[in-house]
Amino acid sequence: MSIFIDSETKVVVQGLTGEQGKFHALRNRDYGTKVVAGTRPGKGGESVEGIPIFNTVEEAVEATGANTAMTFVPPPFAKDAVLEAAYAGCDLIVCITEGIPAKDEAEMYDLLKEKTSSRLLGPNCPGLISPGKSNVGIMPHEITMEGNVGVVSRSGTLTYQAVLELTNLNIGQSTCIGIGGDPVPGTSFIDVLDAFQNDSQTEAIVMIGEIGGSAEEEAAEFIKKNVTKPVVSYIAGLTAPPGKKMGHAGAIVSGNKGTASAKIEALTDAGANVVENPTRIGQAIKDVV
Amino acid sequence: MNLFEYQGKRLYQDFSIPTPKSIFVSSISEITDNHGLKYPVVVKAQVQVGGRGKAGGIKVAKDFDELTKFSGEILGMDIKGHIVESLLLEEASDILEEYYISFTLDRSAKSYLMMLSAKGGMDIEEVAEKNPDDLIMLHISPSKGLDSETIIKSIEDAKLNESYKAELSDVISNLYKLFVEGDCDLVEVNPLAITNNGVSALDSKVSLDMNAIYRHENFKDFENEIPIPVSEQFAKEKNLNFIKLEGSVGIIGNGAGLVMSTLDVVSEHGGMAANFLDIGGGAKAETVTAALEVLESEDNVKSVLINIFGGITRCDLVANGIVEATKGKELKWPIIVRLDGTNSKEGLSILEQNTNEKITISSSMDEAAKLAVEGAI
Repeated sequence: MSIFIDSETKVVVQGLTGEQGKFHALRNRDYGTKVVAGTRPGKGGESVEGIPIFNTVEEAVEATGANTAMTFVPPPFAKDAVLEAAYAGCDLIVCITEGIPAKDEAEMYDLLKEKTSSRLLGPNCPGLISPGKSNVGIMPHEITMEGNVGVVSRSGTLTYQAVLELTNLNIGQSTCIGIGGDPVPGTSFIDVLDAFQNDSQTEAIVMIGEIGGSAEEEAAEFIKKNVTKPVVSYIAGLTAPPGKKMGHAGAIVSGNKGTASAKIEALTDAGANVVENPTRIGQAIKDVV
Repeated sequence: MNLFEYQGKRLYQDFSIPTPKSIFVSSISEITDNHGLKYPVVVKAQVQVGGRGKAGGIKVAKDFDELTKFSGEILGMDIKGHIVESLLLEEASDILEEYYISFTLDRSAKSYLMMLSAKGGMDIEEVAEKNPDDLIMLHISPSKGLDSETIIKSIEDAKLNESYKAELSDVISNLYKLFVEGDCDLVEVNPLAITNNGVSALDSKVSLDMNAIYRHENFKDFENEIPIPVSEQFAKEKNLNFIKLEGSVGIIGNGAGLVMSTLDVVSEHGGMAANFLDIGGGAKAETVTAALEVLESEDNVKSVLINIFGGITRCDLVANGIVEATKGKELKWPIIVRLDGTNSKEGLSILEQNTNEKITISSSMDEAAKLAVEGAI
């Protein structure tokens, strides 16, 4: 098993006619992902390299049985696109779009929770890949291999780095997921950790965080209570200059959380092996699997 | 983007949030006797740093002589490394009570958060720590918003002066409106005061979500008024995320996480980064060329590490950018390039076909960092 996607996943690409959407959708299809449809209002009836285009996600779902949406729609229209995919019944929506206003993200998250049962991954994320099964997003599949380590990260490119370190040591992955670094991610570390803990294919977990916010501290608490599989972690930004605090309100909400050392301490305390350099992730996993 | 007090107060006026009558000046010559303000007038340094009052950046003038004297003293003053370039001259208020209010996004709860306290005008972080009961924390559903019954209840819970309930309720409602419609990351008023003229926002701390710039014409105007360090101006023109640091290894990477991590690995090899430079996702050749141009104007750079892991970014385009920026040039410093991910084979072959003796290709992040640190010595 893998989490969230598998070889039966059928993808509808929102924004398939754009440069990025087309490039990555075709890459995903070449990898073996079932890319069954694209949407672009006004271009229904056309096709891109054999992939049929529909005016709406609802039509695409009806005609092709798509159950997952991948969104490349520009920021001003992204909220409506994600909601459209959810209302059309997609179980998973992977939103790659970067630069969506925080208010749109907060409203979108609220409405998804309240009115649908769809899972949103992102926004501003690289998507996810279950090696050998399906790639929904922009991750370079060349660096992955099928196996038993689950990878979850807030940062896109750093996810790739971690995956490469594993593959270089001949350690395969069950699913690699980038949750995105935006203020209101649809899927949190905790959601993914929970899924990995319950996934029979996954034997160990790599979790990559970075400075800012308190998502890693919350994940550490969850690991302490619920995760029995070994966790290797890396937190980026130990040597980064301290950022500006957002007024007193920001300080009150985040308290002492947010620094690399606070996150490392919380994760170590939860039993994770926290490495200080991403190039050591592979060896640290090798030690436990 | 954090705004100056005077900019935040302009937004307050746009949203009918009362503030004292004031004028904004950036030189002494702009201050004439017919400024139209009633004395006493408060002279307030416009700097984005806390504790300006204690540092002498706020003074109360009782007449025109004092107004020009104090303004002259404060303009140009250095407050914790921030030079005062402008002033807000504001009618002083008779303060009866001081409250604290803020609206922000609580990322953990994934909802908006209002904080309200009758103990404003002082260090609110201390209130939160020592007397948490004096700070009302109310989560607001982003899709449902804040209704007037909830506002009234919060005013009562926070034990604000009930004789001003209606007026306070309007102000709170308008602050929330500004927070949401104005796409603010933060709206904070400390103090929100009851004065002889009624409720008044005496200070402002507003931060804007620049992702929303496309739907707000005034964001660009505010941005143009905020001075940025000379070292970051060029990068900003090129739309690059650049922060100057103290070390000697110039860093170019894609994605904030990978760039931060590159800083960490350089530091582990005994070096120090000269900068943080993120070319972002989906960069084109021109972006990479511009990034190298930015580093060329930095004197402290002694070697450059380009660390790219392609996802949405294509390594062939990055390689084209490197070639474009370096072709036929005598480079000031060695460049170590590491390319992995999407189209990395194509990218590496472009670099191999356009060799430059100062450019070294490395196959791993660790080795690349090591070479860059050695190259900077």
